[in-house]
Amino acid sequence: MAMKFGVIIFPGSNCDHDAYWAFKEVFQQPATFLWHDSSDLQGCDAVIVPGGFAYGDYLRTGAIARFSPIMEAVRKFASTGGLVMGICNGFQILCESGLLPGVLMRNKNLKYICKPVHIRVESTDSPFTHSLRRGEVLEVPIGHMEGNYYCDEATLQQLQKQDRILFRYSTPEGTITPEANPNGAIDNIAGICSEGRNVLGMMPHPERASETALGMTDGVRILQALVTSGTLK
Amino acid sequence: MTSPENAAITAEVIRDHGLTQDEYQRILKWLGRTPTLTELGIFSVMWSEHCSYKSSRVHLKRLPTRSKLVVQGPGENAGIIDIGDGWTCAFKIESHNHPSFIEPFQGATTGVGGILRDIFTMGARPVAVMDSLRFGPVTKEPGDSGRWQTDQATIHKNHSIVDGVVGGVASYGNCFGVPNLGGETKFEPCYNGNPLVNAFALGLVKREKIFYAKAAGAGNPVIYVGSKTGRDGIHGATMASEEFSEGSEAKRPNVQVGDPFMEKLLLEACVEAMETGAVIGIQDMGAAGLTCSTCEMGGRGAVGLEIELDKVPQRETGMTPYEIMLSESQERMLLVAEKGREEEVFAVFRKWGLDAVEIGQVIPENKMRVREHGNVVAEIPNEALTDDAPLYHRPVEPWVSPVAKEVPDGIKFGTKKDLTGEFHALLASPNICSKRWVYEQYDSMVQTNTMQGPGGEAGVIRIKGSQRGLAMALDGNGRWCYLEPKLGAMHAVAEAARNVACTGARPVAATNCLNFGNPEKPPIMGQFSAVIDGLTEACIALETPITGGNVSFYNETLGEGIYPTPVLGIVGLLDDTSKAVGSHFKAPGKAIVLLNENRKKHIDEAQVEFGSSEYALHILGAMWGAPPKLSLGAEKVLHQALRQLAAEELVESAKDCSDGGIAAALAEKGFAHNIGVDVDFASSGLPLECVLFGENPTRVLVSCDAGHVSRIQQVATNFGLAARQIGTTIPGNFQVRVDGNPALRAEVSALKESWATALDRALHSDVKAAAV
Repeated sequence: MAMKFGVIIFPGSNCDHDAYWAFKEVFQQPATFLWHDSSDLQGCDAVIVPGGFAYGDYLRTGAIARFSPIMEAVRKFASTGGLVMGICNGFQILCESGLLPGVLMRNKNLKYICKPVHIRVESTDSPFTHSLRRGEVLEVPIGHMEGNYYCDEATLQQLQKQDRILFRYSTPEGTITPEANPNGAIDNIAGICSEGRNVLGMMPHPERASETALGMTDGVRILQALVTSGTLK
Repeated sequence: MTSPENAAITAEVIRDHGLTQDEYQRILKWLGRTPTLTELGIFSVMWSEHCSYKSSRVHLKRLPTRSKLVVQGPGENAGIIDIGDGWTCAFKIESHNHPSFIEPFQGATTGVGGILRDIFTMGARPVAVMDSLRFGPVTKEPGDSGRWQTDQATIHKNHSIVDGVVGGVASYGNCFGVPNLGGETKFEPCYNGNPLVNAFALGLVKREKIFYAKAAGAGNPVIYVGSKTGRDGIHGATMASEEFSEGSEAKRPNVQVGDPFMEKLLLEACVEAMETGAVIGIQDMGAAGLTCSTCEMGGRGAVGLEIELDKVPQRETGMTPYEIMLSESQERMLLVAEKGREEEVFAVFRKWGLDAVEIGQVIPENKMRVREHGNVVAEIPNEALTDDAPLYHRPVEPWVSPVAKEVPDGIKFGTKKDLTGEFHALLASPNICSKRWVYEQYDSMVQTNTMQGPGGEAGVIRIKGSQRGLAMALDGNGRWCYLEPKLGAMHAVAEAARNVACTGARPVAATNCLNFGNPEKPPIMGQFSAVIDGLTEACIALETPITGGNVSFYNETLGEGIYPTPVLGIVGLLDDTSKAVGSHFKAPGKAIVLLNENRKKHIDEAQVEFGSSEYALHILGAMWGAPPKLSLGAEKVLHQALRQLAAEELVESAKDCSDGGIAAALAEKGFAHNIGVDVDFASSGLPLECVLFGENPTRVLVSCDAGHVSRIQQVATNFGLAARQIGTTIPGNFQVRVDGNPALRAEVSALKESWATALDRALHSDVKAAAV
């Protein structure tokens, strides 16, 4: 059964159309845009918080977006088990909104970084990774200035204990090393999920690795998992 | 220069505005009275070199600007070509050199912002940017002697300029959400006090949805949209029309400040407003701000615009008419809407949280009229500011290269049999080494259309919902133009087009950014005129008309000019993106074929030409001679051959041999996938250095299945080109022999280390050393 995807547009979102294209054209799913100023999720089964610079990322990335009417609706949606996927700026917004723990600080080298990286699948227990293999390595690009994930020690232990770290930066062979960590993220964290496992935040962009024309296709594996997660219920 | 409106127009005031006495007399004649200070300011920016092209226009007329595909040539905000399937693309390159020296980060951001507005003001959504950057050296070089001394302090200053400019380009494009497909980054001592920041942008628009910067219909409302007007950037255009002197850095307040978030909102709102059908004409407020958009939109439509300054949204209180008219605050547009449909436009801008205010209306007279509190503070005929701005036939004196033709004493060729050590150094030299440090700061993938991003021959994007794609490249070679301006300019066109052709695309149109010194010096005008001749000849031969661009003069500091530096942007069409060819080797065991012009070089000719190469400059520490000869006929057929090879899917990769010669090209082709080569060249009696590192044009290395070699040779022969298999790709090792003797031997990973880390090391090592 097809799922309906809603992609949020904040002023300053710039990967909104990319996510929409991926679900609508690549995966042939019903998809719609959700305007930041509305609190109507239009009956979507999954909400995508896309990359970009919501509200110019002024003050702090995601700090203004969290107050938008749409995010209020997303918080309610998530609390009832609704699927939410935050990519890049979306991850930052989910952290600021309290849907995910921790914070994304400026990259270790203080510069924006855009390049393909390798991430290792750490858990397959989520709607976003159920069809992947644990330990599998995916090549997916990053593009961010603030991707340096940080949380306190207790939170990190909880994330680990609850198997909520879904992706970690690794070498192409799947080894977790400091050199494979592009931005200084604690424990090489590239993506985590909520306690209910229905909210994902990740810095790499699977939608940028979803067609052969783009030279990378591993992102398909992640998006495909989400598209087929309806069958899990 | 914020004196009261009624200030006396003294000789000093006129001079401070960069106007000559002759020009002032012309103003008096146009107006039939003494101008107000506001009017004088308006004339001074519109008649500045930057806005009026008064020194260059007579020469620019020689450039070819038409073809069947050209929908819009020079004269609008951007050129437009037809790319098929109902689509057109708008593109242009523009300089932001002067502000980028004074305030590198903001200078670069506003350069990118300005060119993006030029694109979307035509109704086109920007889908790609590229940039061509030139800086002074960031490391001590052996060739660093003679005219341009680069001391340690200058090197450090250059580091901060590089860091600021790259950060600025990144910050703006990344936030705006347009992929950066690369370009070029070059280092040469002549750019020490005058870095060049040339930004290129390209956008897509359906043919029937193109917008023009033209007003029409007396009584229609004039609407101001976007950011509020502040005091920033006043006289930016005039600053860009002067040489730098000791006090130039005090001009920092003349540099505008960019806000890419605002520009992103402006893009979305403008595109949506255009969709309503209520917009008649639209122009961005770039150089010369409200002044330029008001008189140009009126002038193009043979009508006038009358505006009331009280209604202009202002960021600061107490701004004078002079300041409002001359402000270059960023992210602003002026549009003319259909009377009665204003509300449709306002609604769109409200939705995006932007100011949109009716500030005046179209009037039947062909003049701009500016009011403050209802009183007229400026009233000037449009043509006085636009078409009839001063035009100068500046004296032209042929440029004579100050560099000797002959090989300097003390330089001996062919004394060494193995040049592996020199090759490592060459790969690590600033102009050849990897520019990863630069382009990884740019978002090259947003919009998910990028098929080939930075680091290759050309940028390639697909067009969603179509088989088609576009390839684009920027190239220039200031050193070659310095030695021989006309030939150097021809090379810039040929190389950019060749890079585009390597992808399998057909180069169809060009845009140019012409960076020069002071046009009041006859030899500089000699360079300029010769460069125009070269561009004209090459663009006609390669069928790439110039659809727009810009001229940047006065790139001089303390009387010393930059090398004449035309930068060419070439756009090519790909009919089927699934057949696009990349530049990297993909696998070992493939044949390597060199496609080139069927012509042998005499040893004397080769040695004279070698003096303009990167090897001569960076390894031998000398410069002499002239750029390599170029046959435009051979170049043209090479591009055709490449297109046919791509269409028949005969090659897996194609790359031209330019900086660092064939050796550098072979190595660079293997770095992405750690693939080496086993190659043997015939020297044909030339010294080893010239064979390996000579920079002859019109040469492309392709790799292919062994079974395709004979077909490739057949295609080449049909075009009158040579195609020789020079070797094969192998795993991990780089082995080049000349006449059977080993000349270069290394592991690919070792060569890559030299190449990949050099820029990073150059930009950081000196800082550390200085801190100790």
